[in-house]
Amino acid sequence: MPRRVTIGFATIFTVLVLWLMLSTVLAVIPSGRFPSPAETWSALVHVSGRGYGGGDLMMHVYNSLRLVVMGFLFAIFTGVPLGLLMGWSRRAEALINPIFLIIRPIPPLAWIPLAILWLGLGDAAKIMVIWFSAFVPSVINTYAGVRNIDRPMLEAAYMLGMPRLRFVSEVLIPGASPMIFTGLRLSLQASWTTLVAAELVGAFYGIGRVLNVAQQDLYPGMILVGMIAVAILGWGTTRALGVVEARALRWNTAALAAKG
Amino acid sequence: MQKSISLTESIILGCIGLIGFIGLWHGLSVSGLFPSVFLPSPIEVYDRFMVLLDRRFAGATLPAHMLASFERFAYGFILAAVIGIPLGLLMGWYQLLDEIVSPLFDALRFVAPIAWVPFAALWFGTGIGGPIMIIFAGAFPPCVINAYRGAKFVDPRLIEAANMLGTPSHRVIREVLLPSSVPSIISGLRVSAGLGWQSLVGAELIVASAGVGYMMVQGQANIQTHTVMAGMVAIGLVGLALDSALRLVERIIQRRRGLDQ
Repeated sequence: MPRRVTIGFATIFTVLVLWLMLSTVLAVIPSGRFPSPAETWSALVHVSGRGYGGGDLMMHVYNSLRLVVMGFLFAIFTGVPLGLLMGWSRRAEALINPIFLIIRPIPPLAWIPLAILWLGLGDAAKIMVIWFSAFVPSVINTYAGVRNIDRPMLEAAYMLGMPRLRFVSEVLIPGASPMIFTGLRLSLQASWTTLVAAELVGAFYGIGRVLNVAQQDLYPGMILVGMIAVAILGWGTTRALGVVEARALRWNTAALAAKG
Repeated sequence: MQKSISLTESIILGCIGLIGFIGLWHGLSVSGLFPSVFLPSPIEVYDRFMVLLDRRFAGATLPAHMLASFERFAYGFILAAVIGIPLGLLMGWYQLLDEIVSPLFDALRFVAPIAWVPFAALWFGTGIGGPIMIIFAGAFPPCVINAYRGAKFVDPRLIEAANMLGTPSHRVIREVLLPSSVPSIISGLRVSAGLGWQSLVGAELIVASAGVGYMMVQGQANIQTHTVMAGMVAIGLVGLALDSALRLVERIIQRRRGLDQ
């Protein structure tokens, strides 16, 4: 095993042992402040079995995941085309960029009260704020990606009289795809942050709801379970996006290698 | 082919875009399609902003709320920089520390900063301590990561040269490693200021009794859309000012380095 991995495991193991020692054996950490491993486990059993904050763990996870995926996909399907358009047409860029410049400094989380006013505490408000938080990085990175395409490549495609639709699908999108994926990774992170915040402000279900109820009940074990669930979901979806990226870009580099 | 357009044309188009956007907003608002309680016109938002400058809402005027927010932000951000930058640099210089801290850091990074809200409230209360911890949680990772990168990508030849000349190690750190890492550290600070500012807003929406986020939540509870929008404008303006200030620092440092070489 490489040294790095060994030390990594050793560190995690040490931290877990320390946690057990400090919270249970020596009882230095008061259980009202931070849960012991046993309390965390019992909170996990509690939320998976009887349920907590309006449903069981799977229901909360499913709903949070569903909202993030919907908002994120919605942002991709609106943000990437807009980015492509702004990268491609100087006119579109000149028209749209100033609007972006005034909206962009407003952090996505600041839209939450407005979304609640407009759409209430249900799914629609969450999808709106997730869409908004994921939209901006998608647009900006796609736009930068198009701008970074080699000019000779564009000129060659133009010279050969490539039909517009093929030009978009075979030159613009593949050329910009490394940057598009950078944007999507940022969008995904922003989506999770926004969802958790929106659910903490007010929701009927979801991981943020679990965190919120646990905070009111002063239930540290459940808070930790909620945080671990958020971390695992964030990590899992990032990995999933990484798999998609690897496949998409493998095709891309293969295509480039075949050409040149 | 990408057609270049003249500066005048791009300015005209930009104005058309902005006027179109604000006009559409105004039009929708006065058209009566949506009740004006929910979609105030740009003028109403502007008026509300001006009113909030010296009339109290949710316990304070807008500048007073902003000052409360900014104070929390400054503490959280400075704390993140003071702890994060040295940690990142040390991780970059000492491999063992890197190998010990990285797995923990990577595991914690996937917890959205906002998910710390319940523990922050439990440990430090909802006054000033809790929000500072959330800002810290948002601003800390970019400080560490960029300081780490800065330290990792120092030209090894410079270190070798310094070692060969028998430079004592504290001077190597101060005169070789640190200056080479500065650009990366500064860009990390810009990212972390942005994330910290956003985390502050989130924290104040959930747990706070003062600050712009709190003012917006109160506006929302009282169905005052114009107050919420005025809050958004204020947050955007301060965020923009913050980013411009750090960008200026970045540019000054870059220029100085350019002159040095």
